[in-house]
Amino acid sequence: MIKKIILAVVILIFGSGIAFFVYKTEPKLNNNFETQNAFFKKFPFRLGLDLSGGSHLIYKADISAISSNEVGSSMEALRDVIERRVNLFGVSEPVVQVQHGGFISGGGEQLIVDLPGITDVKKAVEMIGQTPVLEFKTEASKDAVQNAIVGKDGNITIDLNSQFVTTELTGRYLKKATLEFDQNTREPKVSLQFDETGTKLFAKITKENVGKKVAIFLDGMPVSIPTVNEEIPNGQAVISGNFTPKEAKLLVGRLNSGALPVPITLLSTQTIGATLGESAVNAGVKASIIGFILVALFLILWYRLPGLIAVLALSLYTAILLAIFKLLPVTLTAAGIGGFIISLGMAVDANVLIFERMKEEIRKGHNIYDGIHAGFSRAWPSVRDSNTSSIITSIILFWLGTPLIKGFALTFGLGVLVSMFSAITISRIFLYALGIEKSNSFTKFLFGSGFKNLN
Amino acid sequence: MFIVKYKKIFISLSVILVVVSLVSIFIFGLNPGIDFKGGALMEVSYSAGRPEVSLMEANIKKVNINQALIQPTGELGYIIKTRDLSETEHQALLSSLAFNNKYPVLEKSFTSIGPSVGSELTRKAIVSISMVILAIILFITYAFHKVSRPVASWKYGVITIVTLLHDIIIPTGIFALIAFYTNAEADTLFILALLTILGLSVHDKIVVFDRIRENLRTGDSKNFAEIVGTSTSQTIVRSINITLTIIFVLVPLYLFGPETTKNFALILTIGLFFGIYSSLFFASPLLILVEEWQSKNKK
Repeated sequence: MIKKIILAVVILIFGSGIAFFVYKTEPKLNNNFETQNAFFKKFPFRLGLDLSGGSHLIYKADISAISSNEVGSSMEALRDVIERRVNLFGVSEPVVQVQHGGFISGGGEQLIVDLPGITDVKKAVEMIGQTPVLEFKTEASKDAVQNAIVGKDGNITIDLNSQFVTTELTGRYLKKATLEFDQNTREPKVSLQFDETGTKLFAKITKENVGKKVAIFLDGMPVSIPTVNEEIPNGQAVISGNFTPKEAKLLVGRLNSGALPVPITLLSTQTIGATLGESAVNAGVKASIIGFILVALFLILWYRLPGLIAVLALSLYTAILLAIFKLLPVTLTAAGIGGFIISLGMAVDANVLIFERMKEEIRKGHNIYDGIHAGFSRAWPSVRDSNTSSIITSIILFWLGTPLIKGFALTFGLGVLVSMFSAITISRIFLYALGIEKSNSFTKFLFGSGFKNLN
Repeated sequence: MFIVKYKKIFISLSVILVVVSLVSIFIFGLNPGIDFKGGALMEVSYSAGRPEVSLMEANIKKVNINQALIQPTGELGYIIKTRDLSETEHQALLSSLAFNNKYPVLEKSFTSIGPSVGSELTRKAIVSISMVILAIILFITYAFHKVSRPVASWKYGVITIVTLLHDIIIPTGIFALIAFYTNAEADTLFILALLTILGLSVHDKIVVFDRIRENLRTGDSKNFAEIVGTSTSQTIVRSINITLTIIFVLVPLYLFGPETTKNFALILTIGLFFGIYSSLFFASPLLILVEEWQSKNKK
């Protein structure tokens, strides 16, 4: 008995801890959000574009000129290029993803670009469509003026741009870049092949800069700064260094993507203003709270003491689920909040099943303790099977769905999983911890339901 | 047990409802959202009072966008629906709506979807619905494989699907009727609502069937119809209560929730209501009917 009470208290403390975490990490709830420990600032809810405001662009990639076994790598390269361009635009947490065509989605290869906070589609579209600049630069003379930036933390960083001078050699003259492995050391390296003009320019640059550094800049940022060992007349350059194979592959992708590797056309755009998103969030929160209160009132009025326990379990359920949303993190959309709200109703399903069963068993002549026990074990198969079917449905939706449907399926599916734990384990521990065993008129009132007491 | 006694009435009622809904879908039709058929949707608001619809129409025609549906929203806003627009056309439309700054306009949201994205989505929706239905039949067949007598477990699966169709067709019919008056569109969220109804309604059927499964194993009665009747009445309170709790969260979602999920909440509420109705008064009578046919054929 003592053990059960201790366990219940531990769960209560644990649950309050989770609720406190959710509260602490939410800027809108916690007034001291800005001044607190940096740890708590890491976990705000991640809001989808429809709630935070921003742009959602879908591009179609024209892969007709690419052989089928290179489609995958070309699309990856395309994504890298677009991602870099978007990053240059100063968007926080942009999402650029490739959607491959196939039997299920139909359609062709697509590129999906999400730009949170950017509502100026015109500017965004222009920026994504622009051609990037691949440049080769040589070391500036030692006495050239160098720009330095003093950072907020007091560190001085020298502006790399001022250390190098631009040459005529650009991505226009690069024929292709390939990934190779050194025959002796097995280290990955990147080999470049210039076209005719590029070969001449490269020979000149290397001749004049033996022992010095040549920097390869992409969109104004240095991607690699190799040192020249000797003059290279054949237009072939090798960038070796401490690459991991992954890094080398990435670099090859980037170099080959001097221009977009795959032509793209804009298929659809979606922009949501920040105010619209904010009002949707407020509406979603309001609906959740009212929904929760209605369910809680119903449970307590109809199921009395077990109902109260169910409300406690439902509160823990809410805290755990919200914490999971923060930790994973789950990107919340209006449809996702809808999924969460429905799961609030669903989460008590198992409790309702169990309580109805409990009552039946107690009516059959069991005492209250045995009634609770039988109620849980008899109701389990239907809880298990009905929830399994909901989980199967959400997995299929998550697998096949569009982003909107995926958002719903994820919150709904997680909700069903967590509810199986909260409605069964947590409420059972609490019910047992109450230690009600005897059947008298008072306990029969507590365990009765609706308009009837147990008799 | 009244469900057993009046099973033919319940089944007829369901059949009539389904037929009426199909007629409603056929007459009123469903208006696919722009996410399925392609097109553009713009929501604008005029903080200093909005211009007349006729003024808006005239100005939109000037930028070569011929067909535009203009609906007032809230006190100060409009929703404008057109064919799909390129970015240049979008900018032209937006600047035309400002009437040379006579009416300062704020663009709240803009969506333009090409027709090919739409057909892809339609395909996805069909594949997802079929996959969900297939997975459900398989799961129910598996979950009830131990209760193959007197009715084979796959028949539970098939009955579930028949009742699921019932649960989906009726809300769709009602939605077609509502949409006829409110111009509501059948968009991705509409499909999502139907899929959710599928999920929740299977959930329900499993609870009722589970009770039948248990009573078949342990019950004293030999009469299948009686077992189904008892099992249904044993689960009736639970079924009504759980539907009530979900409706308790859906009503606030409809009344106070985000604009985008309003129709979603409405269809779900309707679907849940008919889902619970069919679990109790359509699935169970069907099960008895199937068993009666079986024993007749044996004789």
